[in-house]
This record gives sequence, C-alpha cells and structure tokens, in this order.
Amino acid sequence: MALDSKIPQGPLADKWTKHKNDINLVNPANKRLIDVIIVGTGLAGGSAAATLAELGYNVKAFCFQDSPRRAHSIAAQGGINAAKNYQGDGDSTYRLFYDTVKGGDYRSREANVYRLAEVSSNIIDQCVAQGVPFARDYGGLLDNRSFGGVLVSRTFYAKGQTGQQLLLGAYSAMNRQIGRGKIKMYNRHEMLDVVIVDGKARGIIARNLVTGEIERHSAHAVVLGTGGYGNVFFLSTNAMGSNVTAAWKAHKRGAYFANPCYTQIHPTCIPVSGDHQSKLTLMSESLRNDGRIWVPKHKKDVEAIRSGNLKPTQLAEEDRDYYLERRYPAFGNLVPRDVASRAAKERCDEGYGVNATGEAVYLDFAAAILRYGKEQAHVKGLSENDETLINKLGKDVVKAKYGNLFQMYEKIADENPYETPMMIYPAVHYTMGGVWVDYNLQTTIPGLYAIGEANFSDHGANRLGASALMQGLADGYFVLPYTIGDYLSHDIRTGTISTDLPEFEEAERKVTESIAHFINNKGSKSVDYFHRRLGKIMWDKCGMSRNEKDLKVAIEEISALRKEFYKEVLVPGTADEFNEQLAKAGRVADFLELGELFAKDALLREESAGGHFREEYQTPEGEAMRRKEFQFVSAWEYKGEPKDAVLHEEVLEYNNIEVKERSYK
Amino acid sequence: MNLTLKIWRQKNANDKGKMVDYQVSDISPDMSFLEMLDVLNNELIEKGDSPVAFDHDCREGICGMCSLYINGEAHGPGRKITTCQLHMRMFKDGDTIYIEPFRAKAFPVIKDLVIDRGAFDRVQYAGGFISVNTSGNTQDANSIPISKHAADEAMDAATCIGCGACVATCKNSSAMLFVGAKVSQYALLPQGKVEATDRVLNMIHQMDAEGFGNCTNTGACEIECPKGISLENIARMNREYLKASLKG
Repeated sequence: MALDSKIPQGPLADKWTKHKNDINLVNPANKRLIDVIIVGTGLAGGSAAATLAELGYNVKAFCFQDSPRRAHSIAAQGGINAAKNYQGDGDSTYRLFYDTVKGGDYRSREANVYRLAEVSSNIIDQCVAQGVPFARDYGGLLDNRSFGGVLVSRTFYAKGQTGQQLLLGAYSAMNRQIGRGKIKMYNRHEMLDVVIVDGKARGIIARNLVTGEIERHSAHAVVLGTGGYGNVFFLSTNAMGSNVTAAWKAHKRGAYFANPCYTQIHPTCIPVSGDHQSKLTLMSESLRNDGRIWVPKHKKDVEAIRSGNLKPTQLAEEDRDYYLERRYPAFGNLVPRDVASRAAKERCDEGYGVNATGEAVYLDFAAAILRYGKEQAHVKGLSENDETLINKLGKDVVKAKYGNLFQMYEKIADENPYETPMMIYPAVHYTMGGVWVDYNLQTTIPGLYAIGEANFSDHGANRLGASALMQGLADGYFVLPYTIGDYLSHDIRTGTISTDLPEFEEAERKVTESIAHFINNKGSKSVDYFHRRLGKIMWDKCGMSRNEKDLKVAIEEISALRKEFYKEVLVPGTADEFNEQLAKAGRVADFLELGELFAKDALLREESAGGHFREEYQTPEGEAMRRKEFQFVSAWEYKGEPKDAVLHEEVLEYNNIEVKERSYK
Repeated sequence: MNLTLKIWRQKNANDKGKMVDYQVSDISPDMSFLEMLDVLNNELIEKGDSPVAFDHDCREGICGMCSLYINGEAHGPGRKITTCQLHMRMFKDGDTIYIEPFRAKAFPVIKDLVIDRGAFDRVQYAGGFISVNTSGNTQDANSIPISKHAADEAMDAATCIGCGACVATCKNSSAMLFVGAKVSQYALLPQGKVEATDRVLNMIHQMDAEGFGNCTNTGACEIECPKGISLENIARMNREYLKASLKG
C-alpha cells in the first residue's frame, strides 16, 4: 500500500483552516449513535476522550492504571510551549514551527508541525479556563520560562509539575463527562488486540487486570493514546507500566510503525546507582535555565573527586570545563537534548565522568544562587556584600522555582543540591517514533487513530523540551475531534457493531491462547530477567550512539533472546486473577519484537539525525551528519517476524523552511 | 542489609488475609523500598511462589499509585515522600518491617497490598471540574489576571496526587484533606467561583456516600501527606460548604 499523508493543498498557514472547512461534520443527533474507543488516558487520550464526549459521541476510555489521573503524562515536569509571544521577545507561530522542525533535525512533516504551532495558543487559553494553576508574575499575568533549542521564552509552567496540572485538567474534563455518562471509564484494563472488520478498526479485546476476564468492546473508531516505548530499554524515565503493547498489536494488524529508532535520551537524569535499579528519574530541562553543566578540566581532579578526596565545590573556576558553554556559545547550557546528551557522553567516554561508574556530570546552581541572591538583596535594599545573606536569598529563589525537583533529587541521591552540584547523566526519556499517521492522525488502518507520543508525526528525529505536552493536548483537544468526525460521518447509519462477529471471536481466541502459553510455560526465569537483558542490548548497541556492526549483533541477540524468552519464561499464578507478572510478560513479549525492528530501522538509517547518531556519519567536530537521501520517514509494514518487515518511505518535503546544517554554536 | 518483612497477604477481596513473614538479604541502602520488594518478588517467583501484589507506576512520587502502610505509617517513615521515594537507607540492618495496605472502608483490598481507590474518582466525577467545553474558543489566557499569591495557593492545593495517605492515616478514615484540596484549588481561582456552590455540595455529598469518615481536626493527614497539603484546605472547604448551605 502506498503511503498517502493526505496533506491538504494550499499555503502552509492556510492548510488547517481550509481542511477544517472542507471535511464532513456529523450532526449532533447522529453523534449519539456513534461509539469511539480511546485507549490510554494521558494528555492525548484524556483530552480526546473529554472532547469527543462533549461533542456528543459515546466514548469508552481504557487505562491500565487504577485511575485515568495516573497516566505517565503526570510526570512531565518543566512546561508546555505555546506561541503566545506574551514576553514580546519575537515569538510567533512561524518561529515555533521553525524551531520544532529544526530541533527535529528536518525529519518531521511540515504541515503537521505548522498546525501544532498554530493551535498551541489555544491550549493555554483552554487550560486556564479549566483552572490549571500556571505560574504567574506579580502583575497576575502568566509567567514563562525558556527551554532548550530556542531563543525565546515560550514555556508555560506550573512549578516543576506542569504535566501533573495539565493532566489533572484533562482528567477534570473527563470527570465531567464520566459524571454525565458520556464517557464510560474502564480502569485497570489493558488492550490486548484491535479488532478489524471489513478492513476497518471496529473494536478491541481488553483484559480486566483485576479479574483476568477477557472482554470484547466494539466501536466505530478506535484511538490509541498509549504513549511511547522507552521501556524497551528496561531503564528509562517512563513509568513501570508504560508499554508498547497497544501500538504493537495495531502494528501486527496492519498499522505501519514509523521511525522506531528515533529515541530521545534526556541529558539531565539522576545517574544509575546499581544493578537493583528499576527506573531512572528525570531532572527537568528547566533546570538548565539556571544550572551550569561541567566536568573537571583535568584528569587528576576527576580521580580526586571519584575517590572522595576532593569536593566539587572546592574546585577552582578555572579548573572546570563548562563544556556546553565552550562548544556552543550561542545556546550554551540550553542546547537541545540530543546535543546535550551526546556532549555528556563524549566527556564521560573521555574519562571525565565524576561518579564511581564514570557516568555522571555536574549540574551546578552556585552561580544562579549568587546571581538571584544579589538581585533580591538589591530589590530589598539589603547589603549586596553579605555572603550569608546573599546565599540565603538566592537559595530561596531557587527553591521557589525548582523546590520540588531539588527535593526529589535529595531523596534519591541523598545529597543536598543547594550545597553541592547535582550529578546527572543522560537516560532514555521519550520516543519520537511511533505508529505512522496521516495528516488526520489516522493510521494505515481505516478507523484506527494514534495521538500523542504513540504516533510519530511532529517531532522528527528529536523533540524539543516542553513540546510533548503541547502535542498531546493539541492532538486530543483540537485536532482529532475534527478529523475523526470526517471519518465517522460515513458511519451514521451503521448502528452498533456486534461483538459476536467472527473477527472478535478470532481476536479473543488469539489473546486467550497467548495468555495460556505464558501461564502454562513453567520456565525458570522471571519476566524481568528477560526485560533487563533486552534493555542492556538496547542501551549498549542501540543507545546514544550506534554503528553498523553493533546493530547487526543486536538484531541477532534480540531475536535469540526472544526465542529463549518464550521457552524459559516463568509466569506464576493463573489467568483469572490479578496477576502483574502475566501483564508484564505480554508487554515484554512485544518489546522483544519492537526492539528488533528498532535495530533494523537504525541500521537502515545511514545518517545521523537528532536522537539517532550513527558513528559512521559525523562531522569532523563530532556533530551529527544528516544525509539528503534519508530525508524520509521509514514506515514499516508487519510481515510476521520483525526481520521481514517491509519498508515504505514517506519522502519529506520542505517548502517553507530551508533545510540547513543544524547549528547551535 | 538483612531484613525481616511481615507482609499482608490476601488472595482477593473475599479472602480474610493474614500477615506472612519473609526474609530478604543483601539489600543495598541505595535501593528504593519498592526495589527491595522487587528483590523479594523475584525470589518468590523463581521459587514458584506467588509474588506480593502492590500498586506502583511512575516510581518518582507523582502518579499517586503506590500506597503502602509501612511500620504503621502511610508511605512509611520520612516526610513528604511517597512509598516509591522511600529508600532503604531509612532502615537498619536486622530491622523487622511491617507492610500493610492502606486500610479504610472506602478502599477495599483487591489483592495483598493493592486497594481500590475508585471512591476518590467518584468524588471527582461529582464536581471536581470547571464546566467549560474544550472547544479552544475561550477567552485569552491573560484576560483574567490572578494574583500570584492566589495562583500559588491554588497550585499548592492542586499538587495533591490522590494517593489516599490522608484517608489511611486518619483514625476516622476521612477524605477531607483530599476533597478540601480540590475544592480549594477552584475556590481560590476566579474561574472556579462560578460553580462553587454546587461543587462543594456535590463533592461532599459523594464523599459521605462513599463511607469516608468526618474530620476531627487531629491533623495526622497533613503530616503524612506526601505533598504537604495543608489543613487550611479543610478549613476553606468547611467555609465554602457553610456558604453554599446557606445559599441552598
């Protein structure tokens, strides 16, 4: 099947408005006859569920957590971008579009990104109307902060808990519709297959995670808002339950999977402390507004620090290497995430890492504390030379801005970041790749949509900070509700879809068989044992930098591990009870397939772009080298085994932005 | 570290349940409490036993899913943290640790340490929202200035993660800190004032219907709350409720 991205004709800035005017609508009385299933209740799924229910559709929403409010969007810290230009610093829709395409290393779709920038302002208006308590300045207006890869302040925030507040906003909108009976909420349910009838997505098979019951649910369209697949690395900043299963099952039913190798490794996470580690914790990028990143200039100081004979605070200014400020004077500590992560890896690989494992760099707030302290002393008319006072005033400001993040760091690392620099290291955080969608956010299966992190469309090869929240809410509140109507307008006379159809029967049987396999397997090793091994292959061979040789080995290793998993996995308990190991086994089985496709995709892409860095393709200065012949989306069609997946190319065209070397110097 | 764990095991909602003893060894002080339980579970699985079921997800203190009652305290020793942020350095070699689910009539046990907090969701369905459609056609976000003080206070209330530690801690199993936080967030913001009367009446009605107890101002909830939600929110909710009741 040829890929049709269905980008509307006409000038870039008019496409979305024109498209909205051209597509079909469903009248309010008919909306009551139409059912929509939404899987996942994060920012994308939650906002879509609320909006579609408000419009009048019958929505069934599913989440694996015990409440929609717990989806992992809740953990997003720093903020949400919008081209409001409240600061008058030159922001505009075009500039947000430009920054996003450039930040994505010219690997995203122009029309989608422009639409995202266009609706970004509405998101802020909407969220404020919902009662989201964004930070404000003393005049009572909204405050902004700055994020990586841009030269304006366009990020709105609610302390270091912006994701939480936006998600609770979407959850509140959902609550209103659940209360009205327009959303039927299925908590602790996991989607295990999508059901295709006459070529269209018409329902799902879900497992009730409390009782183990397998359920059939039908609808006129199915929407996946199921997030990313970072947990293929075992260790990531994702929640423990975050998984690729819904997206992967859709892939196996015919939805193409796009750019799986584009993974964001976030530069500022708390370093790994030992083998027991179950997950990694992010320290918001907003910290790079005020924190300065450095390692010692000299190896002897590195040794002294590692052995505990020297404290970082004792090291003189001239003995420190603020390597981001050195290499990228224009953007300094606020370079995009991919650039910052690779720079940290480069220093650590050279032997300048500051912790016992050699995989950590400093994020230092001493300069910010001094600067803010002096500013406060001046404002309050106090002595600007009193060091103790300055220190206290400065810490108060830093605490007000980042208090919860500092507290989080102290709890984990057992060090006080107000007194000594934080130690950070890159970790897997976000996946730009995902289910392929057209301009309408529809996958290659008619009636199946993918929104938020689950799709691939807006961030290209690298996502800018504070853009995930923007995209999730844009898709759910303002894009999908229009585009899905066009599709559903053909279903006003269809009537309820029966769950007795043979297609439901077949899908349910497959799910039941797979569950029975795990329960009856009685192997010798836990699910986590395999998941950890998969994670290690991924991190070592498909992580921050990749090369042909390692990727080929990874493909072999993952394929062998998958065979071993099916033979040796041990899932205790039964199928008809609350059984977390069983749920996990299914998720890891899918990661074991996705991981191989991921490596295959990385092997194919003989260039470096954004989060995908191929060692063979770099400039003499060690920067990523893009190649014109790879200016396409790789969309993979499932054909049985991951190694047999068939590539479809969507060539990317840039008519409104000049494709040039991405420089932050 | 070597530890003795006394853990509540209960097969399902109908089972009576009991405390069971386990031993774990070689626990690193840098492990989180849940990672320690992962170690135990891995041993149980590989021995062919049933692992201990507990709720958890983000493991960074924000999703509100984890919910253990450790040595008689919600989220264990340590202040302003969730169970997933509790680290083993808070314990000593040779300690015996009691691990139970959050207990309240409104939070029935599903299995072992996993509870059903659906009652919290239902209280929110009753009024935990501002009735504004997500059309995107609202007024500009800066058209209503909100004082920084009010915005910050609303944010402090909104920071609740809905874990239920307040209920588990309260001798009356009261949910007034949880409900008070939501009522306060909206009461402090101009956007929320339009529906203030209905909201507080409906939410409190649902809270009572779920079987949560009343508040007797002990203040234990505030101390155990991982997000430090202040008792002022309960006072504010009481004022809102009184106002609303007088209005009818």
